[in-house]
Amino acid sequence: MELNEALERFLTRLGDNTLVLGHRVSEWCGHAPVLEEDIALANTALDLIGQTQLWLGLAGEIQGEGKSADELAFLRDAWDFRNLLICEVPNGDFGPTMMRQFLFDAWQSVYLPRLAKSSDDRVAAIAEKSSKEAAYHIERSGDTVVGLGDGTEESHARMQEALDYLWPYVGEIFDTDDADDVLAKAGVAPHPSTLKDEYFELINRILGEATLTVPQDDFAHKGGRSGARHTEHLGHLLTQMQWLQRAYPGASW
Amino acid sequence: MSNVTTSQVWEWLDQVPDPEIPVISLVDLGIVRDVGWQDETLVVTVTPTYSGCPATTIINLDIETALRGHGIEKLELKRQLSPAWTTDWLTEKGARKLEEYGIAPPQPAGEPSRCPHCGDSDVEKISQFGSTPCKAHWRCKTCLEPFDYFKCI
Repeated sequence: MELNEALERFLTRLGDNTLVLGHRVSEWCGHAPVLEEDIALANTALDLIGQTQLWLGLAGEIQGEGKSADELAFLRDAWDFRNLLICEVPNGDFGPTMMRQFLFDAWQSVYLPRLAKSSDDRVAAIAEKSSKEAAYHIERSGDTVVGLGDGTEESHARMQEALDYLWPYVGEIFDTDDADDVLAKAGVAPHPSTLKDEYFELINRILGEATLTVPQDDFAHKGGRSGARHTEHLGHLLTQMQWLQRAYPGASW
Repeated sequence: MSNVTTSQVWEWLDQVPDPEIPVISLVDLGIVRDVGWQDETLVVTVTPTYSGCPATTIINLDIETALRGHGIEKLELKRQLSPAWTTDWLTEKGARKLEEYGIAPPQPAGEPSRCPHCGDSDVEKISQFGSTPCKAHWRCKTCLEPFDYFKCI
């Protein structure tokens, strides 16, 4: 596999993760349980969409067909998306939303600082910028998972349920392919498998503080990262996210 | 136009207010990283505060409007991501003005040292995010007033 082909796939994955999760989180805008959480969720979504612009912008540049980040975000269909499945699962209530955020933020907070040392300066610069935001995000989502997990009987039960539901989506982070090998070899991106221990150490520690029981089953839903099979939820999400460009092709402001 | 000195341009940019926190200038905020002439073109290098900050496009527009107003014809705005923006780049003047405005300036310790309203140090965090991505929400336990804290990154 050519380096550029691997790089394009990799950038699409990173950009689709933050795009799809950013959209999911933005669905809370105006609906969160309290105003402070509403603002916090909207700001998190904003950071993720900002990161998307950078990742997909570079993906378009490398693809070399003159496509902007917006075009990649709004004019592709479900089968072209390469996000992790965990990013597209529905919000549920505040519990699963924050648990999903925590599991994702933890990965970003481990991965991005390493990626900031990429041999590709463009990738390194975006990772450096994003990792500062990710560090702030994990602080918040980690605190919330601990607060709710080690909270009331009701909040504890809901967080445990959220963890049990989301756990089978965690394994996909490490479902790597030849693009990951090519990039690791070229020093562009660390191979996800080399960060697996650090990731699980981090989440196990915080989930332990949250008095939650980490499921032992390592079954993993896969297919988002490879594009082979998304969940049914992605298409529904895209109808919302892309409706304006679909109803009014080429609309801009 | 290249007879305009870069220090003159810095002065002009120091007159352009931040669109979200108009009490400080773009220069105070530390996002203008470089000003220089490339032949006849003035190149201004700007770094975003947060990658998704919606003020970024307005900031670019404001810079362009201001400099065109001063007669600059050939202008290029460059985006620079690395090194990533840090609150260490906020000027002392900027920090002072923020506090006078009611926003606690960033502190190396990671939390506000005192309430920007009454000056008391008995403060508590309400939320990690405030009215914009760059701020957190705090409250003074003495005067009971809520306030924004310009978070440290």
